[in-house]
Amino acid sequence: MSSAAAVSVRPNPLWQALRKNRLSWVGVALLLLIVGVALLAPWIAPHDPLQQNIAYRLDPPSSDYWLGTDSYGRDVLSRLMYGARISLLVGFVSILIAMVVGSALGILAGYVGGFVDQLVMGLVDVLLSFPALLLGLMVAAMLGANLHNLIIAIALTEIAPFVRVARAPTISLKQRDFVEAGRALGFGPWRLMGVHILPNMISDVIVLGSMWMASAIRTEASLSFIGLGVPPPTATWGGMIREGFENILDAWWLVVFPCAAILATVLALNLLGDALRDAIDPKLRSERS
Amino acid sequence: MTTQDLQPILQLRGLRTEFRIGGAWHAAVRDVSLNVRRNETLAIVGESGSGKSVTALSVMRLLPETGTRHGGGQILLEGRDLAALPEKEMAVLRGNDMAMIFQEPMTSLNPTMTVGDQIAEAIRQHRRISWREARALALQALEEVKIPAAAERFDAYPHQFSGGMRQRVMIAMALACKPKVLLADEPTTALDVTIQAQVLGLLADLKEARGMAVVFITHNLGVVAQIADRVAVMYAGQVVETADVREIFARPMHPYTEALLRAMPRVDQDTESLQPIPGAVPAITAMPAGCAYASRCPLRQPRCESTDPELAQVGATHGVRCLVRAESAKVAA
Repeated sequence: MSSAAAVSVRPNPLWQALRKNRLSWVGVALLLLIVGVALLAPWIAPHDPLQQNIAYRLDPPSSDYWLGTDSYGRDVLSRLMYGARISLLVGFVSILIAMVVGSALGILAGYVGGFVDQLVMGLVDVLLSFPALLLGLMVAAMLGANLHNLIIAIALTEIAPFVRVARAPTISLKQRDFVEAGRALGFGPWRLMGVHILPNMISDVIVLGSMWMASAIRTEASLSFIGLGVPPPTATWGGMIREGFENILDAWWLVVFPCAAILATVLALNLLGDALRDAIDPKLRSERS
Repeated sequence: MTTQDLQPILQLRGLRTEFRIGGAWHAAVRDVSLNVRRNETLAIVGESGSGKSVTALSVMRLLPETGTRHGGGQILLEGRDLAALPEKEMAVLRGNDMAMIFQEPMTSLNPTMTVGDQIAEAIRQHRRISWREARALALQALEEVKIPAAAERFDAYPHQFSGGMRQRVMIAMALACKPKVLLADEPTTALDVTIQAQVLGLLADLKEARGMAVVFITHNLGVVAQIADRVAVMYAGQVVETADVREIFARPMHPYTEALLRAMPRVDQDTESLQPIPGAVPAITAMPAGCAYASRCPLRQPRCESTDPELAQVGATHGVRCLVRAESAKVAA
């Protein structure tokens, strides 16, 4: 079909940005590795992450336990692999919730304006006035520490930026001719918001999502570190650092490897986020019609 | 012509639309009375700020709810007063009984949807049919507006279309539900002349084929001559002259219409003979008590500045809002 040829005239900006930005490949590769490990953990982990073995407690890295063992004799590498599942799950799901709720509120506020706008933006300002960690701490402490509540708490701390990022383009989009034309065709406000405004700004929201997922993972690790994350014995990176902290002078590997895992994940997401941001930045993009 | 054809489909009676400026309400459109019949094109002509677009948006009730209000008068669509309808019923009429096309074809389509889906969506808004059926109707609509290779271009995005083609898509969307009234707000202004002529021809054909009533808003008198059956000239929110298209060009009565015609370039005259109209339209916050055109008018008399003229009938279908000219017409008759 001729339109297929016409489509290729406009190269995919995402692909272009990834191609131009070499560093983004490091991010993509790193992220794929971490996601792969997390998904395959039950099959590739050398040991059971919960299996305690007093005979091998606080063993340094060896050929048997590549990254050493913790104070219960559990394999650090296996726990890291399983911990990746929690970190990524919490990061992804909480950002997804924040993205959906935040952009819905932002579009509504921008489209309806007036009192609704003031109410929503007021709430956002309140949310933003708390540091993410403090807010997460409050909510997690209030709801109790488990996986669900952790996700809800972190989602709540990340909603505000999505509201803002969705609201601003909505205000300009709702005055665009095609929205006006839609109104002239009898489209209702929900249809205009969902079908005509949302798809025109979704890329901004997705980029923000990739950036803030790193922050969500950091918050999860922090909450786990202070004991408000998924409770033990489940392996989480933040929880591993906390447990390792007690033996930090005797067993450096208990702290260094989980820290490295968090660092690698956050770095990978930031590199990817930068590339995605460049992809939708009109200043860096040759054409957008 | 049957008597049904002579009945106006759209009738404006004393329409007044007000804007809120600096805390007070000012009329942007005042005492506008117009009739459009089946299979008839009424051109509304005027310079920027004369209230022609506001008139069209008032009819569609598309003006923003804050800062504007209906100041009085009726908008009768087949006898039903739209000004009194609740918004819900109005939304049912929009795109179904009456449709509107806009000036900017480049920005009037959603860049994230294929043109086919956009037309199908417009149809599904008003007809309870499946996507498959709607897409089939949408394809027909595209073919009707003479998009070459419509089936192949059906799933293309708006940026893959030229300005003229996009305006055709807009027309297809507006006409997909077979409206009785089409409001066209300078639909050809953004197009170059050859494309403009094609689009005008297309609109004329579609009007003829469907017996639609068309309200065509433009500032271009050349376009008026090409497409209109009747003309209403607007100035400062009022209709200052209305007549059949031949009559307007052959026997303009209002000094503003005369001035507009003198300011229009013509092939048979040197462009140096073009005469600009001195002065400017009065601001809507500072409307004079008398005739709005008085300050720029060569025929001005003292009474013009105190008496607001009525639209006086000076022929069977010819009305003019000018004290001096209405009087001289009466004397001549």
